[in-house]
Amino acid sequence: MSLVNYATREITCKIVYYGPGRSGKTTNLHYIYGQVPGDRKGQMVSLATQTDRTLFFDFLPIDLGTISGFSTRFQLYTVPGQIYYATTRKLVLQGADGVVFVADSQSRQLQENIESFQDLHSNLAEHGVDARAVPLVIQYNKQDLPADMVMGVSDLDEQLNFRGVPSFGADALHGPGVFETLRAISELVLRRLSSGGNR
Amino acid sequence: MRLDPRFTFDTLMVGGGNRLAVAAARAVAESPGTVYNPLFVYGTTGLGKTHLMGAIAGLATSLQPDIEVEYLSLDEFMAQMHAAISAGQLDAFARKCERIGLLLLDDVQFLAGRRETQGELLRLFERMQTQGRQIVLTSDRPPSEIDDVDDRLVSRLSGGLLVDVTAPDFETRVAILRSLCAERKISFKDGMLEELARFEFANVRELQGALNRLMAHQAMGLADAPPRPSQELRRAATEFESFLTDIASAVQEHVASWQTRIRERMAYWAGEGYRTGVLQRALDLPKEPDVDGLLATFAAAVEHLKRLERSASAVDERLGADPVFRDPERMSEAEDLVERALSGDTPPPLPIITFQREGFDVGASNQLAAHAADAVVQDPGGKYNPLLVHGPSGVGKTHLLHAIGNVLADTPMPGGKARIVGCVHAQKFIDELIAAIQGGTIDRWRRRYGHVDALLVDDVQFVAGKERTQEEFFALFNTIVGEGRQIVLTSDRTPAEIPDLEARLRSRFEGGLVVAIQPPDRPLRERLFARFLESAGRAAPPELLSTLAEPSVQSVREIIGMVNRLGAVADAGGVPLTTQVARAELGMPTPLAGVPAVQRSRGTRDASFLDAEKVVWEWPDVTARIIEEFR
Repeated sequence: MSLVNYATREITCKIVYYGPGRSGKTTNLHYIYGQVPGDRKGQMVSLATQTDRTLFFDFLPIDLGTISGFSTRFQLYTVPGQIYYATTRKLVLQGADGVVFVADSQSRQLQENIESFQDLHSNLAEHGVDARAVPLVIQYNKQDLPADMVMGVSDLDEQLNFRGVPSFGADALHGPGVFETLRAISELVLRRLSSGGNR
Repeated sequence: MRLDPRFTFDTLMVGGGNRLAVAAARAVAESPGTVYNPLFVYGTTGLGKTHLMGAIAGLATSLQPDIEVEYLSLDEFMAQMHAAISAGQLDAFARKCERIGLLLLDDVQFLAGRRETQGELLRLFERMQTQGRQIVLTSDRPPSEIDDVDDRLVSRLSGGLLVDVTAPDFETRVAILRSLCAERKISFKDGMLEELARFEFANVRELQGALNRLMAHQAMGLADAPPRPSQELRRAATEFESFLTDIASAVQEHVASWQTRIRERMAYWAGEGYRTGVLQRALDLPKEPDVDGLLATFAAAVEHLKRLERSASAVDERLGADPVFRDPERMSEAEDLVERALSGDTPPPLPIITFQREGFDVGASNQLAAHAADAVVQDPGGKYNPLLVHGPSGVGKTHLLHAIGNVLADTPMPGGKARIVGCVHAQKFIDELIAAIQGGTIDRWRRRYGHVDALLVDDVQFVAGKERTQEEFFALFNTIVGEGRQIVLTSDRTPAEIPDLEARLRSRFEGGLVVAIQPPDRPLRERLFARFLESAGRAAPPELLSTLAEPSVQSVREIIGMVNRLGAVADAGGVPLTTQVARAELGMPTPLAGVPAVQRSRGTRDASFLDAEKVVWEWPDVTARIIEEFR
């Protein structure tokens, strides 16, 4: 997928929200969906089970309009977090321009975060993508939960963020941190262009 | 039309909604006609577009007092243009426009549907831009969304910088309100303006209106505070809006940079089939080069290449496809090519340098031909003219022909002039003739071959049945032989056996010396084997040579093939090439055993088969072999 098409003056970004099950990836998308004015967003496609778990993936297209003469579109995807949807995760990850890793801040979920983060790396590697080159942002969700249940951002950074990518604490249900995350990943993706990373 | 002098950059409130537009406007005002031309600013009414134009005009005039600035709404501009057209003075009007250093056109969305004036406008803009005049346009929508506008005009309007202004964000609204209050020398209670600014005003005029109402209320002593807007609603709108603003500046910074302009043109030129290596290298520069100059130079180079290509293909169709016309970096090569094509002295093909006389082994089967060749080289155009060598394929005719060519090319003519040798395969000769007939460049073709000092044509039997070629060849032949220059021909049969060959040509072919090369005899075969084995870096004991030379072969190529095959077999087996190996491989009876070998046709067993066989036998134990079998 070409990120910037200079011939048709289009920018298309595919951003994938990755993370363990129940960490709040779909919630992120729902919040963004709620904030985008009606004419700017496409239909949010969500394939969820009855218990509101993502079955296949969520897809939210956002039209940012014409920026500097470029018609700009963002496509946000989530992957299903549960272990047994490995194939789907790999599929959705294909051609991603940027990845948001949504981690669950709850202390008892730490191991699952780590496993999912490793899963992300191995999937990227299987796509032949250098994980160090992919724009990545980490979001520590559920920071609104009582402090004795969750780990702080700096503790989580220590556990997960060994590469020192931008990371944000968030409360995806109510909004704080959601747009900060999206903004950070978008800027990383766009910055990659100027460094000649145009594929 | 006069611009309000209060419209300056200092009085313009800069916020997320117009940061880009203001930066671009400032750049334009500081150096009109160089950076963004045209600058196209769009956004709904009341967001400060006209203010921006006034600011550009003011700053530009203060920096360059002699610059001519014209601010017009599109309607006024159109009216002037129509008046000029009806007075028959469009030219004078255009000249007047060209003098304007900075043209500011407001509300160009009214272009919609005016097809005939769009055309005039397009031409006018082109003239102004080539003169380096700055054009700034505003509209309430981007060019692509103005209905019914000529695509060329749209692309021209979008060709500089397209930038939008959006409604001011909260902080900007507060700043605007404060400056309005300062201007009118009024003051409100703390927090009052902030509270007012919380309303989502679509534009600045509404904001002014609200302030005016507030002032009226205050004057009457009624209002303390405007109604409190819902917190939720406010955040909902600004969160996405500020995200959008940030993305816009990120795009501006990373995508719509100078690299982008270069990449865009690269995509375009690459689409046209041109190499863009120069531009690619420019992208790697640490800082911004003179992009306009670079792109203009590149475009000029491409234009030049196109002209060169046209003149080259006028000479010769096939030259047009030459890759040098697609690479601006090979401009000088392209120029050379055209020059040569135009002067018509593209030299005829030269003999292949690897075929030397020393490499041609002489035996009973070819000594006559070799002797004739030596005689020709001694006295070109003298004794045997033409010399025609015939024989089955692979006996060395081509080798001998090129060898003669090489010797002739190396010996200068009497008088010291270098000898021009044309050495060509008959098929190529015919192809070139056909192309010349097609392209109407037959004269050039005739000149090309007519002035050679020696013409060597390989496989001349190909002219069979080609009347036009024979006709041309006949004329060429007469010229060359008549002037005492040498012709050497090869053929796979005698002239008498070439079908559909004109009698006058046949008799001329036979008029010199016709000599045959036979398949190599045994002593020559031995010598050839020795030569080829040696050049393959292998030992060639006499016993092996005599064994190898035993079977008769039809051509020298067969010998080369045998040497290659035996070499491969010996290497695969890891054994030296001995008589036994050769016998086994070539399927010859082994004299020692006295038993006839299994009859095999030569050449059916390949090296890889033997290789596999050997590997299997060398496996360490039976178990491993069985396991392998089950795989």
